[in-house]
Amino acid sequence: MTFEEIQRRLSGKIVGIAGAGGLGSNCAIALARVGIGKLIITDFDIVNKSNLNRQYYFYKQIGQKKVLALKENIIAINPAVEVEAYDVKLTPDSIITLFSDCDVIVEAFDLAEMKQMIIETVLSELPGKPLVTGLGMAGWGDTNSLRFREEGNLYICGDEKSEISEDSPPLAPRVGIVANMQANTVLELLLK
Amino acid sequence: MKITLNNRMEVLENTYQMTVQQLIEKKNFTFKFLVTKINGKLVKRDERDSAIVRDGDDVAIIHLISGG
Repeated sequence: MTFEEIQRRLSGKIVGIAGAGGLGSNCAIALARVGIGKLIITDFDIVNKSNLNRQYYFYKQIGQKKVLALKENIIAINPAVEVEAYDVKLTPDSIITLFSDCDVIVEAFDLAEMKQMIIETVLSELPGKPLVTGLGMAGWGDTNSLRFREEGNLYICGDEKSEISEDSPPLAPRVGIVANMQANTVLELLLK
Repeated sequence: MKITLNNRMEVLENTYQMTVQQLIEKKNFTFKFLVTKINGKLVKRDERDSAIVRDGDDVAIIHLISGG
């Protein structure tokens, strides 16, 4: 498929991104570059200096709402992408409301509790909807442990073992790899 | 009974069925946040005490790890 054909096919697609941190911001940028028609992005946080070690924001954006800063960055790269940005903390109800028209949903939360909530909600309330999750990306090195597997409509990217901690923080390289694995999985699903 | 647990064959001696919660405890899965499925069907966290795993079932227990 040529890039023109790819863009033509992707231009009608909608992808939901739950969370605009390390996974969500980098995944959204990759999808914007290849020309997804519409991105629906949610987050309730503001850009913090400590986010800049991995998240797709700039120093001058510190203090801005993440969803608005990310929308600005996406448009700066590819103005053809339509971005719906919601400054909300997702709940099962709002996941269903905001994401039911999406072709694919990307789970890009940081907390395990929130990951559980969206996975259970999508699997039970939006059956058949592909959900791409990021599980395990803390620290550095150990590139070969980052992998992909399918569990029904749940697509898992990550090492499924490395937990973030004081001594094993999330950093740009491994978080970026997993975010791009998620974007790559979205493309695979949409171009099938 | 013999089941498939996370794509691996698992033999559980002296038992012919157990709840998902009992299986989690037997396997010492200590993660606080898990997603559980039996034969591809979601078992929500509040259903784990009642959902039964039987011989031949395909069980998935996904460990949810913070970070993102």
